[in-house]
Parts: sequence; structure tokens; C-alpha cells
Amino acid sequence: MSREFSYEAVMARMGEIMRTSVGIDYERYDTGLISFDYEGMLAGTGYDLETIREVQDSTSVGNTPLVELRNMTALARAVSAPGKGARIFVKDEAANPSGSFKDRRASLSAHEAREKGYPGIAAATSGNYGAAVASQAAKAGLGCIIVQEAFDSQGIAQPEIAEKTRACEAYGAEVIRLSVGPELFYHFLIVLEETGFFNASLYTPYSILGIETLGHELSCQVREREGRFPDVVVATHAGGGNVTGTARGLLKAGATDTLMVAASVDLVGLHMASDRDFNRKSFTTGHTGFSIPFSTWPDRADVPRNAARSLRYMDRFVTVTQGEVFYITQVLAEIEGMERGPAGNTSLVAAFALAQEMDEDRIIVVQETEYTGAGKHPLGQLNLAKEMGIRVERGDPVKNRPGEAIVIPEHPSQIRVAEVDLNRIRRSYIRNALQTLPHGKKLTREDLSFLAAETKSSLDYIKEVIHEIGPKG
Amino acid sequence: MTDKKAKETWVEIHKILLDKGKRAPQVPQDTREVPLEMKVKGFLLHEAALGDKVEIVTVAGRKIKGILSSVNPSYDHLFGPPIPELSTIGREVREILGQGRREES
Repeated sequence: MSREFSYEAVMARMGEIMRTSVGIDYERYDTGLISFDYEGMLAGTGYDLETIREVQDSTSVGNTPLVELRNMTALARAVSAPGKGARIFVKDEAANPSGSFKDRRASLSAHEAREKGYPGIAAATSGNYGAAVASQAAKAGLGCIIVQEAFDSQGIAQPEIAEKTRACEAYGAEVIRLSVGPELFYHFLIVLEETGFFNASLYTPYSILGIETLGHELSCQVREREGRFPDVVVATHAGGGNVTGTARGLLKAGATDTLMVAASVDLVGLHMASDRDFNRKSFTTGHTGFSIPFSTWPDRADVPRNAARSLRYMDRFVTVTQGEVFYITQVLAEIEGMERGPAGNTSLVAAFALAQEMDEDRIIVVQETEYTGAGKHPLGQLNLAKEMGIRVERGDPVKNRPGEAIVIPEHPSQIRVAEVDLNRIRRSYIRNALQTLPHGKKLTREDLSFLAAETKSSLDYIKEVIHEIGPKG
Repeated sequence: MTDKKAKETWVEIHKILLDKGKRAPQVPQDTREVPLEMKVKGFLLHEAALGDKVEIVTVAGRKIKGILSSVNPSYDHLFGPPIPELSTIGREVREILGQGRREES
């Protein structure tokens, strides 16, 4: 059988390639015209929290330390109003085998691939997830292929991704490095088709269920130490998996009153598929280039139904600046003795600002750290930024302009969060959902309840928004 | 005389996956004007010199053809020099913490 490899021909085979490589019949979970049984889809994997914990235990994933950042808390209190400044804790996920929480995310996919007899495991990712999949594949004795968006048309590699290339290769994976563009997914499909490998997508139920242990663990650790659940948990937000899995874990632990805050680096103005902007971001994930589109429409992922549905779980969504993350990374190293990568430090910036709104006896938890190293470090990123002609200066971070100026705070009192209006995100989500409604059809009761769950709102809210924007968005 | 590399040498190959006219419809203008390129590492399946069209086998067992672009390619991502804009942050925050501690006592 001869196959066509043009962009259009390969994309047309996506459904079939996905079914074979993920092993999930997504259509089985359809309920209404646009709705589907989300909980059923997750439960359909057959993994409950206890089983997931056992799988993760078998490769030393999880059970990471919860660290109280006493000096960071003291610094927040030094710039807070009297009586304010919640205690800041961090879940030191860098202690996982490949150095980030992504090991949790990869563990079930590797387990599933081995159980089902796939010859190997593949993922399209330029970040920590690649290293996690490669590490888990090594433990499971599976072949591994990671497809990265790694360099621009000048051949300049983004330093953080270069470090990920090295890490994946260290774990014995084949790394396919591509230049900039969304066609990475096109090539990934070709690789899946050619190899018959399991697709360890970031967005399958396996991936999200694997993160539930993180939320569950941290809430139990706080309760054991402090006799109660955390008041606020902050997660760095990109594709939505981190927020979704963590929040689900919190709920499963019974931490129903804990507020879930999503935090992203503001990269407004930079285009995610632009060859020119690629090396001007200084951040490869945890930024608004992913979090806004994925919050407003999760089903843009590489699977038919994304299991990461952050809008179901977010209580608040904030952004921070590039300069603030570099600042707090330096502070964390110098006053807490913890040198960690940028991903967790994005939510740490938010926690540092939010702690100042909260009373001193409250508890705020940053739910991840990640390893750091050459390339994956403020020095590597800021040296590249300077080479790309970006100004790096001290000042009020409100003057930070992605792609033009990275403004590093002069004082901790300048660290603040910007609110993302969740109602605006909800409206945008509903508009996107309505566009998938078959022509001439009306939403069923099932669809309306689904939309309310998807947006963590109510039937009345959904009806009001639909009335306002019209039935076709 | 070309410098031939032996079979089994660890190398990187380069290949154009999509020419600039064949890119996905949704890519922005600047990306549309350049091809989609690929670089992959593996072991040479035969003797070859830089710039030759070669075949390699990757660590995942795939056989791929492309132009031999690098031999035993290095990892060259660096920390680079210290960033002056970060260098004084530690001193500044320790000073704030120091004052805070004195006030508390």
C-alpha cells in the first residue's frame, strides 16, 4: 500500500492513527451533540488513584518533599500590610526521576504501552515531558521517540529545548528535532504510523490521571503537618494538564475548599508559530501562548477529546511577567538555597504576590519545582535574549514587553499578578463550543449541563451567555 | 580528498520535510517563507563524508535518509556569562530580610 505524505494527506489519516496509537475509542463517550462523558472517559482507563500510586511507586515517581519557604514568606511579609503574608510552601517535584512533575504524567502511558504490547512510546513535546517519557520508557524497557520544535530557520536552538534534547538522548531516546511550526504534529503522525508506537500524548486520560497523585499528595502532606488543607494552591498553567490533574487530586483528597489558582507568564504579542518570535520568548511553556487558547478551547490538542480541561477547575487565573520569574528564580536560589527551573517559579511569583493578600496564618502551596541546568536557566535565557536584541534591565515589571524588554524588578514590592477575567475566558469557550454544533441543531439538555460543568458555572449562566452571543456564537 | 567517516559513526542528518510552498495553511507569513527542517541523530549505516546523502539507524531502530550534517555532534547550550541585572538581587533581598529580623527582635 503506498501512502501519501503531503501535509493534507497525513492530516486526513489523523483519526485512524490516533485510535491505533492511543487505544481509546473516544466516540464511545459522546452524549449530546457537543457533550461527552468526561468522568466516564477518565474512568474508562480502569485506573483509580490507588492503582496509579502503585504504578508510580514502582518507578519511584512521586512522594516528593513539601518544603516550607520560610525566608520567601518573610520577604513577602516584609512588603505586606501588617498581619498579611500567608505561609508559602512548595512541592519539590524536581525530586522526581527526570526532574519534574512530568514523570507522573508519563508514568501511566509507559505502563499502558508495556501492558498492551506496544513496541515503544512516542511524544510530541519540547519540554520536560520529553525527558519524563524517555525516562519512563527506559525503566519500562521500551523504545522511545520524542519530536521537538527545537530551532529556528537560522539554526539557532532554543537553549532550554537544547537541554531537553540532551536529557532525552541521555535516557536513550531518539530525538527528532524540527524547525518552527505547527506541522510538528504532522510529522509526529507519520512517526506513529511508521513505528506503531504508543502515543504518550500530554492530553490523554492517562496523562491527566497521573497528575492527580500530585494534588492528592500535597493536600495530605499539608493536612498531616498543619491539621488542615491548604487555602490556596497555585499551578503553572499552559496546556491545562497541570491545573486539571492537580485540582482533581485535591478534590479526591477532600480539599474541596482549597482555591485553585492558575498562573502563566504573559507572552502577549509573540506569535507561537512564528519563526522570528521563537527565540524571543525566553520561556518555552507555562505561558499565555498556550494557556489562553487551551483554556478557551481544550480540544485543539493532539487527541480527539482533551482530558486536560482547566476551565472546569480554575478559581482564578493570573499572569506574571518574564522579568518577575527571573527575579524570583534568583531569590529562591539565594535565600532558600534551592536552584530550580522556570516552570515552578512562574507559580511561585504568583504565590509571592497572592500571599500578600492573605492573612499570616493562611497556607499557599506552589505545586511544582523543576530541575535546572545549562540552557534551562535564567543565565542561558537572558544571554540569548540579549543576543536577539531584547533589552534586559531593572525596573518596574509592569514595563516588561515580551520580545522587546525583559524588566527585572528592583524590589520585591513590585511583584504583582494581573488577573485574567475568567468570565471572558468562559464566554470564549462557550463561543468555541457552539461553533462545533451541527448546522440546524439545537443544544440538548445534556449539552447545557455539560457546558456548565466545562466552565465551572451554572445552567443560568450558560443560558444567559448563549442568549447574549447568539446560538451559533 | 574527502574525509570519510566509518560505518557506525554517531552522526546527525538534515532533511527538508516540507518545502516553503508546502507548509500548513495556518502558519504565519514569516514561517511560511522558510522550509520545515528536521535534524536526527543515529549511527551511519555505511561509510560517508559530510554533505553526502546517507542512511542512518536511530536509537529507536528507525532507518532514515538525509544529508550528513554533523559528526559526533556536540551539546553546546551554555549558561554563558553572569547577568549583571541578576547579580545584586541576592544582596538586596538579604538586606530587606535582615532589617525585618532586627525589627522583629
